[in-house]
Amino acid sequence: MALQAIAFYLMAAVTLASGFCVVSARNPVHSVLWLILAFFSAAGLFVLMGAEFLAMLLVVVYVGAVAVLFLFVVMMLDVDFASLRQGFARYMPIGLLIAVFLAAEMVLVASTVATKGAARDAVGPVASGAGSTLSNAEAIGRVLYTDYIYFFQAAGLVLLVAMIGAIVLTLRHKPGVKRQIIMNQVLRTPKTGMRMSDPKPGEGIDA
Amino acid sequence: MIIGLAHYLAVAAILFTIGVFGIFVNRKNIIVILMSVELMLLAVNINLVAFSVYLGNLTGQIFAMFVLTVAAAEAAVGLAILVTFFRNRGDIAVDDASMMKG
Repeated sequence: MALQAIAFYLMAAVTLASGFCVVSARNPVHSVLWLILAFFSAAGLFVLMGAEFLAMLLVVVYVGAVAVLFLFVVMMLDVDFASLRQGFARYMPIGLLIAVFLAAEMVLVASTVATKGAARDAVGPVASGAGSTLSNAEAIGRVLYTDYIYFFQAAGLVLLVAMIGAIVLTLRHKPGVKRQIIMNQVLRTPKTGMRMSDPKPGEGIDA
Repeated sequence: MIIGLAHYLAVAAILFTIGVFGIFVNRKNIIVILMSVELMLLAVNINLVAFSVYLGNLTGQIFAMFVLTVAAAEAAVGLAILVTFFRNRGDIAVDDASMMKG
């Protein structure tokens, strides 16, 4: 109990502190690194809750893919990041005001839910727990590939469209670069590929 | 779940607020805005998983997975747009991105 409490408070504090560092770091590369730390400790929170599969998914997808993508883009673009921070002090007061109100409201709702209790739903798929023999990943798989199979395939479609969109957006054909066009090579016939010419002595072939 | 539901909800609420705050104060830097959006989606995921475990209902974790999927797709497309924008403008200041209209 005490160990779990220590783990929770440690990981929650690290998550929140690194989240704040993401938005306040001067260098965007540092922001990305803080983001990775935030995702790691959030994955720790997931493990603490008993959602191991999502925790691993968070590490693989966010730390392994999204954060590295961010890192690539930040390091690839040659931007003067100092000039992008000009409005920081100007928007700070209004941002803080709204943030404080938002946090107060949401924490109030959370504490109300905790005291009154959320609506319990008896018909939903049962999670893995102390009484269940299923592991978390197996329980998720049993639900995901049966009840939510259409959503699962729609998610795959979303990823496919995003991949195609990203490729189409960033693909650029440089002018003046010779490329191999296989169709033109295949469509070449002896008639178009050969020319009879009758060069005069000492002149050579013009083309 | 030995730690109470309210603790996780409070963490998620504060994380979401940090994301909103980040969007406010980094209005010019679209990279940090995208990272703030990722933080907000992470807060949503924490909420979904906390309720899922608290209610003993797996649907929350399934939807957290879908949120993860959409977040990854959003990051990929957003960064692709950012790279294209940088190529065309040589800068990523978004407060004068009004050339994008029409």
